[in-house]
Amino acid sequence: MSKFRKSTTDRPEVSTASLPDIVFMLLFFFMTVTVMKDDTLKVKNELPNATEVKRLEKKDRVISIYVGGPNDQFVGALGTESRIQLDDKFANLSDVGPYILERLAKMPEELRPFVTISLKVDRKANMGLINDIKQELRTIGTLKINYTTYEGDTFMNLK
Amino acid sequence: MGRRIPVPVVNAGSMADIAFLLLIFFLVTTTIETEAGIDRKLPPVQKEPIVIEHKEKNILSVLLDGAGRLMVEGDLTEITDLRTITKAFVDNGGASEHDDGYCGHCKGLGDATSSDNPSKAIVLVKTQRETEYGMYVAVQNELVGAYNELRNREGQRLYQQDYTDMERQYQDPKTLSATKVELKKRIQHLRELYPLNILEPSQQ
Repeated sequence: MSKFRKSTTDRPEVSTASLPDIVFMLLFFFMTVTVMKDDTLKVKNELPNATEVKRLEKKDRVISIYVGGPNDQFVGALGTESRIQLDDKFANLSDVGPYILERLAKMPEELRPFVTISLKVDRKANMGLINDIKQELRTIGTLKINYTTYEGDTFMNLK
Repeated sequence: MGRRIPVPVVNAGSMADIAFLLLIFFLVTTTIETEAGIDRKLPPVQKEPIVIEHKEKNILSVLLDGAGRLMVEGDLTEITDLRTITKAFVDNGGASEHDDGYCGHCKGLGDATSSDNPSKAIVLVKTQRETEYGMYVAVQNELVGAYNELRNREGQRLYQQDYTDMERQYQDPKTLSATKVELKKRIQHLRELYPLNILEPSQQ
């Protein structure tokens, strides 16, 4: 009897030594897929939906322009009219051209012909401003643009 | 000297805690962004304004007004119908068999009052300053969708592959360069069959 009891109480502990390894594996996965957001948004940026989309693959040749109504904390100072945001500052329409050229100048020369301007525009913004931006882009000769959207039912945009 | 000093064991129990802490930090900050959108190429700046020398029947005018209404050829239209209308217009093939603009691959109605040939068909998108961007993107999406459907159909007929599939395969870095050359030829051919002629006149 006593022999049996002894064997049941003397169980080996479960080794947790491999737990850090598993967690580290997960950690490295997330570290590699993480894209740190480099721009803090000051404008509302609920992108419209679309179905016929193409992926913007290579990040090094994409320049983003954000457009939308100012965030709630800026509404008092700026109103609700749509604004342009370049990097993390509000900008005027006349700043768009110089900003794009400045970014282009920083890029390696072989990438410059492939640069795409990603227009990240809130779905509530007005087309007038967008057409003005497009006109600016035409005058400086960056003609490849991308209306960046979410993938989803496009008729949801109308609500 | 038979006595051995036991090697002290490093306690690795807290290692997991540290790793978890880091893991949670990255989990929270991660935004797996997959950016996608509708590609467009802007026309270069012209000194002289372009005058469109096309017959009225080769133009599909799409007007988006500030109140979110959609007018196609002057008629109030639901946006859900836009894709079908565009497809019918582009694929019409109105030129008869003996004319030089005859479209051999078109499967449309052949209506003489609609477009002659896909290469002549032009979609004219007009917006007003107050038009909402979401609406505009929806319209662009439907127009591109209509063209993609037509190109897919021709892709299936000629190469047994969808046009959108070909494009995806072309973009894929794993595709061999020999296949890419062939794909590029096919994609270009399909684009020539149904060129994306969407014009946006500048506002006065």
